[in-house]
Amino acid sequence: MAKKAPEIGEYKYGFHDRDISIFRTEKGLTENIVREISNMKNEPEWMLEYRLKSLEQFYKKPMPQWGGDLSELDFDEITYYVKPSERSERSWDEVPEEIKRTFDRLGIPEAEQKYLAGVSAQYESEVVYHNLKEDLEDLGIIFKDTDTALQENEDLFKEYFGKVVPAADNKFSALNSAVWSGGSFIYVPKGVKADTPLQAYFRINSENMGQFERTLIIVDEGASVHYVEGCTAPTYTTNSLHSAVVEIIVKKDAYCRYTTIQNWANNVYNLVTKRATVEANGTMEWIDGNIGSKLTMKYPSILLTGEGARGMTLSIAFAGKGQHQHAGAKMYHLAPRTSSTIISKSMSRGGGKVTYLGKVHFGRKAEGARSNIECDTLILDNLSTSDTIPYNEILNDNISLEHEAKVSKVSEEQLFYLMSRGLSEEEATEMIVMGFIEPFTKELPMEYAVEMNRLISFEMEGSIG
Amino acid sequence: MMAGSTLEIKDLHVEIEGLEILKGVNLTIKGGEFHAIMGPNGTGKSTLASAIMGHPKYEVTQGQILLDGEDVLEMEVDERAQAGLFLAMQYPSEVSGVTTSDFLRTAINAHREEGDEIQLMPFIKEMDKTLDFLEIDKNMAQRYLNEGFSGGEKKRNEILQLMMLKPAIAILDEIDSGLDIDALKVVANGINEMRSDSFGCLMITHYQRLLEYITPDHVHVMMQGRVVKSGGPELAQRLEAEGYEWIKEELGIEDETVGNNA
Repeated sequence: MAKKAPEIGEYKYGFHDRDISIFRTEKGLTENIVREISNMKNEPEWMLEYRLKSLEQFYKKPMPQWGGDLSELDFDEITYYVKPSERSERSWDEVPEEIKRTFDRLGIPEAEQKYLAGVSAQYESEVVYHNLKEDLEDLGIIFKDTDTALQENEDLFKEYFGKVVPAADNKFSALNSAVWSGGSFIYVPKGVKADTPLQAYFRINSENMGQFERTLIIVDEGASVHYVEGCTAPTYTTNSLHSAVVEIIVKKDAYCRYTTIQNWANNVYNLVTKRATVEANGTMEWIDGNIGSKLTMKYPSILLTGEGARGMTLSIAFAGKGQHQHAGAKMYHLAPRTSSTIISKSMSRGGGKVTYLGKVHFGRKAEGARSNIECDTLILDNLSTSDTIPYNEILNDNISLEHEAKVSKVSEEQLFYLMSRGLSEEEATEMIVMGFIEPFTKELPMEYAVEMNRLISFEMEGSIG
Repeated sequence: MMAGSTLEIKDLHVEIEGLEILKGVNLTIKGGEFHAIMGPNGTGKSTLASAIMGHPKYEVTQGQILLDGEDVLEMEVDERAQAGLFLAMQYPSEVSGVTTSDFLRTAINAHREEGDEIQLMPFIKEMDKTLDFLEIDKNMAQRYLNEGFSGGEKKRNEILQLMMLKPAIAILDEIDSGLDIDALKVVANGINEMRSDSFGCLMITHYQRLLEYITPDHVHVMMQGRVVKSGGPELAQRLEAEGYEWIKEELGIEDETVGNNA
C-alpha cells in the first residue's frame, strides 16, 4: 500500500477575496499620505507630529547593509494604508461576509469557540473584529486594537508608546512609527492573571499593501498574560512588505509570554522590531515561529533591567526555495542575577537559507547573570545553507555564558531505521523534522501546535525525490 | 490458515563501496523456523542483515532475495517492512522529539490501510502489556526514540517493536550484544513469545550464549562472505566448546574474514 507522493504545493493560503476596501492611499510614501492616515483616524495632534517626525527619520536612515538582501524592496511600490470597512466590528455577526469567509478558511471561528478569551483579528490594516470576553473586562484587562486604544485610553497610551522601541531605532521602526495602523493594545492591571491566552489573527490581503501594525503590551506589577498571534498571507506576484513594531513592558514580578506563528507568502518582506523591557523578577518569553516570506529579518529583544529578571526566546525558522530567514534573538543583561535562555531551531530546504544572528550583552551591573544559548540547524538537502552568527559583549567578570551550536542533516541511518518499520521516505523525513521542532511546538496552545505541524507538513510536501 | 512466509536468499553477492562482502549466500527461512547465523567478526553477517532490509549503502550485484516468491530487491525499504520483513538493528538510530509511543503507533499504522488505523485505547493496552512482558519501565514509551537509552534499553526497544509489529520474518542483528544476563533472558523471552507457524526468525550472533535461551532449529556458520557450514543446535554447542578453528581446518580456510582474501 505505497502512499502517493504529495505534489509540490502552491502556497496553501494563497487565495484572496474580492477587494472590498473602502479607502486606500496612493502608492508610495509622502508627508501627505502620513497626514491623511492620521486624519482618517481622527488622531490627536501629538500623534500626527510623532508620525511626521518618524517619517523624517525614515527618510534619513540608510537601508541596513547587513542581514538579508533588501535591494528589490521598492518603497514607492507599496500602499501604506488600506481601510477595509468603516469601523471595528463588535461581534462576529456584524463582520462582512467576505472577510468572514477568509477567516473561515483559516479556521478562526472554531479556534475561538474552544480557546479564545478575546479575539482581535486584523484584516488588512484595521482591526475589524474585536470581541473581548466579559471575564477579561471584569478583571480590568484592556485588550483592543491599537487605534481604538489611542482614542479611548490616550493617557495610558501616551505614557508607554514609543518608549521601548523609539522611532529612530532603525529604518523600519521609523517607517512603522510614521504609518502604523492596527495591532493589539493590552494592559493587564497589577496582580491580575489572565488564565487563557489572548489571541489575534493577522492577515495581509491587498496586493502590494504594507502592513504596519503596532502592538503595545503593558503587564503591570505581579500581573501575568499570554498573547498569541498567528499570521498567514495570500500569494501575489509583486513584493509585499510587513513591518511591525511590538513593544512590551513587563513590570516587577510580572510575566508575559508572546507567541507568534508567522506564515507569510513567499513574496513578503517581513521586517519586524520586537522588544521588551523586564523589571525586577519579571519574566518575558518570546515564542517565535517563522515560516515563509521572501526575507524575514527579526530578532526579538529583551532588556533585563531589574535584578533577577528572566528572559527566554524560543524560535524556529523554516526557509524553503527562494527564502531567507535571517532571525535570532538579543538579550541585554543590565542588572544583577538576570538570566536568559535562547533556543533557536532552524531548517532549510530546496535552496533556502537560514541565518541565526544573536547578541547577548552583559552590562557592568550584571553581577551573577547567566545565559544559555542553543542553536540547532537541520539542513534537509544539499542545496540549502545555514549560518550562525553569535555576538557576545561582556562587561562584567562574574557571569556565566553557555553556547551550543549544532548543524545536522537528516541522516541516512535515521531514514533507514524509520523506513525499516514501514514509514515511507516522506513520512520518515517529516517525523524527523517534527521531532526537531518539538521543543517549540510543545510550548504552543493545542490548536496552534496542530496548525504549526500542518504548516510544516505543507512546507515539506514535494521535498523528496 | 497459511503456514507463514518463506524468505529465500539465492547466491547473494553484495558490495559496499566497491568491495565485495557477500560472495554467494544461500539460505531459506520458513515460517515456524528459527535460524542462527554464527561466525567470527568480519565475515559478512551484519552485511547480510542490512542487505536483506535494503540499506542504501549495500549494493546487491548478483543473486536474489524472494519473500513468498516476490522480488524483495525491487522493493523500497518501507515496502519490505510492509511485506513482512523486520530488522532489529545492532545500533538503532536516535530520533529526538519523537516519543517511542508515537513512533510505534505510526509504524503500526504504516502497516494498515488508510481508515483502518489502530485506535488509541487498544494501542495503549497492547503497548503496556508488551512493556510489562519485557520488564521495561512505562516511562520509556514517553521518552524520545532511543535518545539517551542505554545499550540494553535500545535492545529491549527493538524487541518491543518486533512484538508490536508482528512481522512474518525477523532478522535480529546481534540482539544479544551488550546485554547482561538478566536483560538477555528478558529479550530471549520476547523472541520465544513470537514463536509460531507464522513467524520465521534469523538471529545473527557471535556467541552461543543467546542460543542457551532460544533454541534454534538451524545453525549456520559464515566465513569469507558465505555460509560454509549448516547444522542443528548441536553445531552451536560444538562451536561454543571448540571455537571456529576446526571448521577452518576442515574447509582449509586460513583467514575467515571477507576483506583479505578478496
